Amino acid sequence: MNGPSSRADVALLAVNGLTVEFDTDEGVVRAVDGVTFDVKPGETLGIVGESGCGKSVTALSIMRLLPQPMGRIVGGEILFDGENLRQLPLAAMQRIRGARIGMVFQEPMTALNPVHTIGRQLAESLLLHEGLRPNDALRQSMDMLHRVGIPAPDVRMTEYPHQLSGGMRQRVVMAIALACKPDLLIADEPTTALDVTVQAQILALMRELQDDLGMAVVLITHDLGVIAETSDRAVVMYAGRIAEHGSVYDIFDRPAHPYTQGLLTSIPTLSTMRKSKLPVIEGMVPSLADLPQGCRFENRCAHRQPRCAEAPPERELVAGTHGVSCYRWRELTPSAAANP
Amino acid sequence: MNVETPEPAGPLLEVADLSMHFPVREGVLRRARRFNRAVDGVSFAIASGETLGLVGESGCGKSTLGRCVARLHAPTDGSINFQGEEITRLRGGRLRPLRRHIQMVFQDPMESLNARHNVGDILREPLVVQRVGDRASRELRVRELLDIVGLPARSAQRYPFEFSGGQRQRIGIARAIALKPRLVICDEPVSALDVSIQSQILNLLNDLQREFRLSYLFIAHDLAVVKHTSDRIAVMYLGKIVETGDGESIYRAPRHPYTKSLISAIPVPDPHQRARREVLWGDVPSPIDPPSGCAFHPRCPMATARCRVETPALRAVRSAPQRVACHLVD
Repeated sequence: MNGPSSRADVALLAVNGLTVEFDTDEGVVRAVDGVTFDVKPGETLGIVGESGCGKSVTALSIMRLLPQPMGRIVGGEILFDGENLRQLPLAAMQRIRGARIGMVFQEPMTALNPVHTIGRQLAESLLLHEGLRPNDALRQSMDMLHRVGIPAPDVRMTEYPHQLSGGMRQRVVMAIALACKPDLLIADEPTTALDVTVQAQILALMRELQDDLGMAVVLITHDLGVIAETSDRAVVMYAGRIAEHGSVYDIFDRPAHPYTQGLLTSIPTLSTMRKSKLPVIEGMVPSLADLPQGCRFENRCAHRQPRCAEAPPERELVAGTHGVSCYRWRELTPSAAANP
Repeated sequence: MNVETPEPAGPLLEVADLSMHFPVREGVLRRARRFNRAVDGVSFAIASGETLGLVGESGCGKSTLGRCVARLHAPTDGSINFQGEEITRLRGGRLRPLRRHIQMVFQDPMESLNARHNVGDILREPLVVQRVGDRASRELRVRELLDIVGLPARSAQRYPFEFSGGQRQRIGIARAIALKPRLVICDEPVSALDVSIQSQILNLLNDLQREFRLSYLFIAHDLAVVKHTSDRIAVMYLGKIVETGDGESIYRAPRHPYTKSLISAIPVPDPHQRARREVLWGDVPSPIDPPSGCAFHPRCPMATARCRVETPALRAVRSAPQRVACHLVD
């Protein structure tokens, strides 16, 4: 997660200073502001944050799928395998989408076309990207459905999305995203609409396919449990900026940003005492149209000082690849000094 | 904070063998040949000041059960006894007095608050409908309610869209307690909210319970949230309670195979505790024509021939303090 100079050679995806703006009724808002991270081949990077933090916009920017004409990338670069996706002609981008970068969205019902059969939607990307003959594409689609754990794939091929359960639909979406064996899968809240037992199935499936295909995964979620469960490294976003990044052990064992610390202590877990008062993060996420000048978390932070409101803190390294954007992280992280 | 003062009288709410079967109308004649057994023979009780947490996955019937208790549905069978009065068959105007005592908080406050009314109107409405107080006292009550749920007094002139999700849920809660009810049914009250806002609302619900001695039927799919807020827990699967008891003992030593897989499926926010899960395969079957015998048997790793034919009753077991509906638990 260092600058491009030192790591771009090994990173599959390197996002540097990504800045995205949207035209809204309240004027131009900056949904993503200077976001930098990288993803190495085969690893899972979790992006966690609450609504409006810019995690989905980041994903859409990588795929160049920002809603047009309201949204646009105004700064930064997105290097995928050394190539800046921002400058790629549309035709070249289309060859990457679905073939080298697959995407899974939160709501499988909206990601699937309701009037086409499962088989047709699966075969489409194979026909398009792999240049297979229709019969081969169908055979390979069937294999893929089998691979994602769908019983009786030959029957399912002829069915429509509404005939499947939510979990089955998400498996189909995953099969489509993985049909061309991409190097990178971007999964935006892939299990949020699913029940916990089905979520566990989909996460297990994702891990298994990742091991088999060796692809890297960017997993976007609001659920810290899902991050802890699946990711090698994590990025915590707040109001369009990265608050903290590091290995999952950095983030969960020694969080350095007050926002990460607050999130981790405020969620009830199965081991918190019944009806005990939960620590809270006061206030709410600021509107993108009305962001604080300095640190974006300043107005909710229990540790704020005057300088926090003046200018945003720069990213500082805590240790190794663990970085944080907070003026006071040294005082707020008891283990900071003892960090290896 | 955790001092419990049990009330000597009987339970506030007693539900016995409650069923809610919705007809599935099919064919040209729209005849109901099949039924959606959303709630199928459920019994439980809630004491004054107590929270019963109802947990289960989508389609298990937990919301329908909550709506039956609030008498938004007329149950097909069974009985609901509230403060010693049989309320199962009340209809029309005779339900109105009941509404003073049983209220609901819904999942999505944007959908459950009338967008065309300002917050003052929304909070005043229950008082007007129930003919509580006069104009002046209602104004006072609206202000008091806003203060109780932590919203500024000027909120009364504003409209729901002007508020964030968390604030809207505070309005929904203020409306629910406007009439000083005894029982509030909370149906997924925090699942639509951001993580950092959930704890604010959970704390508010806890404070209100202590202050006004409310009883809650707390419905949610998030077991951690349910365990945190509830004195006792009931786990539902396909219209039936499969395990019920103290939250701590259910979490420490779940006995029903479904509860076990539910607990093991929850991602724990601690990377050191990864991958010790037994993944449960398959989906929740449809409550229309549910599986025979124990409804969980097609997904159960331990199912035997008996499970396929004989429906297990919810009963006390020797190995744990909770009650369990499983043939294989002793």
